[in-house]
Amino acid sequence: MTDTPHVLVIGGGSTGCGITRDLAMRGFEVTLVEKGNLTHGTTGRMHGLLHSGGRYAVSDQASATECIEENRVLRDIASHCVEMTGGLFVQRPEDDDEYFQKKLEGCRECGIPAEVLSAEEAREMEPYLATDIKRAIKVPDGAVDPFRLCVANAASAQEHGARIETHAEVIDVLVEDDQVVGIEVKHDSGPGKREHKTPGTTEKIYADYVVSATGAWAGQIGEMAGVDVEVRPSKGVMTIMNTRQVDTVVNRCKPKGDADIVVPHETTCILGTTDIEVEDPEDYPEEQWEVDHMIDTLSELVPMLKDARTIRSFWGVRPLYEPPGTGTDDPTDITRDFFLLDHEERDGLSGMTSIVGGKFTTYRMMAEKITDHVCEQFGIDAECRTADEPLPGSEDFSVLRDYMDEFGLRSPIGRRSVQRLGSRADEVLKTGEPNPVVCECEAVTRAEIQDAIEQSGSDLNAVRIRTRASMGNCQGAFCCQRMAHELYPKYDEETAYSAFDELFQERWKGERHALWGQQLSQAMLKYSLHSTTMNADHDAVRTGDAIDFTAFDGGTDAASKSGATGAAATDGGVSSPGTNGGDR
Amino acid sequence: MAIHEDVLVIGGGIAGTTAALAAAETGAQVRLVTHKKSTLRQASGLIDVLGYAPDVDGPVSDPFAAIESLPEGHPYQLLGETAIRGGLTVFDEAVGEAYEGSHTDTNALLTTSGGAIKPTSRYPTSTAAGLVSDDRAMLIVGFRSLTDFDGELVADHLAAAGVPFSVDGVEIEVPGSYRADSRVTRIANALDLNKDLDYEGRSLPAREAFAEVIKPHLGDADRVGLPAVLGDDHADAVRADLERHLGAAVFELPMGPPSYPGLRLEDILFDALDEAGVRLSDGNPAVGYEADGDAIDAVIVDQMNKEVPYSAEQVVLATGGLVGKGIDSDREGVREPVFDCHVPHPDDRYDWFVDDAFGEHPFAKFGVQIDEACKPLDADGVPEFSNLRAAGGVVGGVDRTAEKSKSGVSLATGYAAGTAAGEAI
Repeated sequence: MTDTPHVLVIGGGSTGCGITRDLAMRGFEVTLVEKGNLTHGTTGRMHGLLHSGGRYAVSDQASATECIEENRVLRDIASHCVEMTGGLFVQRPEDDDEYFQKKLEGCRECGIPAEVLSAEEAREMEPYLATDIKRAIKVPDGAVDPFRLCVANAASAQEHGARIETHAEVIDVLVEDDQVVGIEVKHDSGPGKREHKTPGTTEKIYADYVVSATGAWAGQIGEMAGVDVEVRPSKGVMTIMNTRQVDTVVNRCKPKGDADIVVPHETTCILGTTDIEVEDPEDYPEEQWEVDHMIDTLSELVPMLKDARTIRSFWGVRPLYEPPGTGTDDPTDITRDFFLLDHEERDGLSGMTSIVGGKFTTYRMMAEKITDHVCEQFGIDAECRTADEPLPGSEDFSVLRDYMDEFGLRSPIGRRSVQRLGSRADEVLKTGEPNPVVCECEAVTRAEIQDAIEQSGSDLNAVRIRTRASMGNCQGAFCCQRMAHELYPKYDEETAYSAFDELFQERWKGERHALWGQQLSQAMLKYSLHSTTMNADHDAVRTGDAIDFTAFDGGTDAASKSGATGAAATDGGVSSPGTNGGDR
Repeated sequence: MAIHEDVLVIGGGIAGTTAALAAAETGAQVRLVTHKKSTLRQASGLIDVLGYAPDVDGPVSDPFAAIESLPEGHPYQLLGETAIRGGLTVFDEAVGEAYEGSHTDTNALLTTSGGAIKPTSRYPTSTAAGLVSDDRAMLIVGFRSLTDFDGELVADHLAAAGVPFSVDGVEIEVPGSYRADSRVTRIANALDLNKDLDYEGRSLPAREAFAEVIKPHLGDADRVGLPAVLGDDHADAVRADLERHLGAAVFELPMGPPSYPGLRLEDILFDALDEAGVRLSDGNPAVGYEADGDAIDAVIVDQMNKEVPYSAEQVVLATGGLVGKGIDSDREGVREPVFDCHVPHPDDRYDWFVDDAFGEHPFAKFGVQIDEACKPLDADGVPEFSNLRAAGGVVGGVDRTAEKSKSGVSLATGYAAGTAAGEAI
């Protein structure tokens, strides 16, 4: 043990990355391990709502108050991840007046700015709201990019000396004499950045303290440590539209229910959600009725959704938890509050705490509480600075600039690149090299892709979450291949093709749920482009087929000289000066 | 006076143009109606007849020999070798010297922009020097500003496939100055117009400037492959000039949209239609029909929101598949929108696809079912109309994408439908 306590954080979601940053800033030596990419679990599978707290203003005012406080903090420290769209709680004629009033009062009690809009005023803000809505409450909801936020937290933690290990799955929690002393992980490649073909190793990482920020997976980590953590994972579907039918977060003003929110997110809108308890956070059914339910129910609020194009659907698993013995039947009634489970107090196992429950919007506050708790363990008195220090990308970037001239990019591409990169724009975009667009739907250029590869290795899904490349309308039809090209020659041919295959299959996973109408046409085009034009499905290198090249057409001259299936042509049938046969 | 034709063909892709040419050959008066630009803009321009078949490991070398292994109901089984050969003959006559491959039944192997080797039956002359069964040393050139294609990576991938020639790759900076994020059309235009470009302080015509940049990397290569953006209207001249300056054969590797070989093919086919006296109405979609019993009287074309009937004795439906919107779908089902022909498909939307992105997707087979006369059949196996035939992507039942038979099926069905329609007059 060194003088600086070493804390090991399990879980690379928002909470784990937030804790890692906070601990590192307070002077701890920190290692974060995550079994997939950052955001791999629940964080990467949420609707991207930055809560104003309005949703909880009636049912859970403590959470609502935390939300509005953190909403303000994130606008400040993570400005490049947040879009302040504003939000509406829309009342339809059949929705309860009393609840509307309660919502309004609840917001005011929690310090959430709330203003009643008439139907006309609401429709002036959002013209596609149903014509028969009654009225709405306007609140400061927003949209947040969970990928960018998580990556920024991890980057800041690294700047403060933390070690981040993705693709490192915990296979054991090391316990000696009722004390957790570390963990053992299996590196998919490495250690270090994930790079294809680098053989995986196992590693025992010893630490003075372990924090499990594994959400819905907390039970599995608990089991390895020999303690019971009864999380109650609950799945929810999110359906992504091809465009922004609304520019404001639209909530249904009803007590609770499925399919009651539309969140504008980058170029898309995300419809959510369902709330169904599942056994295993990694293996649960993804069902058609859930997608249909989103479209059918939310078109009561925004009728044009009925026939609009969706580009994919995905499911996330909430890390719900309730203290043993609470016994809530309906998962929608389980508290959204978070719990800090000190296993020493709770189970007589020292050296480890699990954090469960909670919400994305309050991740920083949860991280602060847990870091305070770790500080207490070591008698360290260090102040939390995460609410004041901007994340990398959000530092000092408020001047409107002429992106087009500055980076040589057409205006919308420059603008969107700079929005994503924030204060890192100069460093990333000014390469002095040709900077062609790689992903047209999301306006991602080579420079940004290269920056992401630099950060994350040869894993194109890690590049995707950093840049949004392949997340737009065409779902990677045109850019999966281009992204793979960007890996080369830093990584070899075999790696570039493996990384392509991985990304292509991952994109298909969500797109499958959107296969009708225009998106089915798009999917067929994607399939044709890769199978007919590029023959990726029968690529002899990937299938391992040996080809008898002499059995095929060798050109027009070959036909006359040596028969249809004869040897190769000597000049390929093209008359061209300076070509002197097949000798080389 | 209402518009009246012997044969009305709906759709301007390979199937539609082939049907129109075949019908015109019989002496019938033919009109072709197209809506938007055809999907040839997205097509590689290669004419695949059959690249993979159930009983053959790896690529098929003789597509005609492999036909018998195809499943029952496959358009090739229904229409036979005659229709395939007939379609190819119509095609060969229409394209003349712009294509090669007609000298043999054997498939050719070409390199795709993704680096994989692909079997095909007819290939643009601009791609001919790239045949993989040719043992001349090859250099593959990519442009650093073009993200769709990486010359070095393709070369490495070809070497990994064990090709019978030495292959090198290089990524070059294209001469001239362009925006950091300019599109490929800029390169094609520069080469097409051959305007002077700045190259190392000198001003050189574009083609010569490109050749100068490539030259230092030529090594022992006898042939040089480039992404298929070598000119638009003057592609032959661009290639000839590059070959002259480089002293090596030059060929193109077809890419995705905008696909110049696809666009050039479209021009050639429409010139052929013109020459064959086929009347053309473009820019408006067919939206419905008028019928008398089981015979179609007229096809309704939407001309700026005005419904205009085009009456005809015989009609060929060649509106394409899911990409061309000849087949449409919503959450409830799949349909053929012009004549509402029966399109077999599973009731459950979640049975339309499989979990592997390159698996056997039922959606890839969506389309109308036809009989030996190319007539679309209803759910009971009876022709929907006495005078309607279908050709190309709108015909379903087979995954032409996986088989690499897309163009071949279009040619065979186009030929059979067009000929039968013309002969019925």
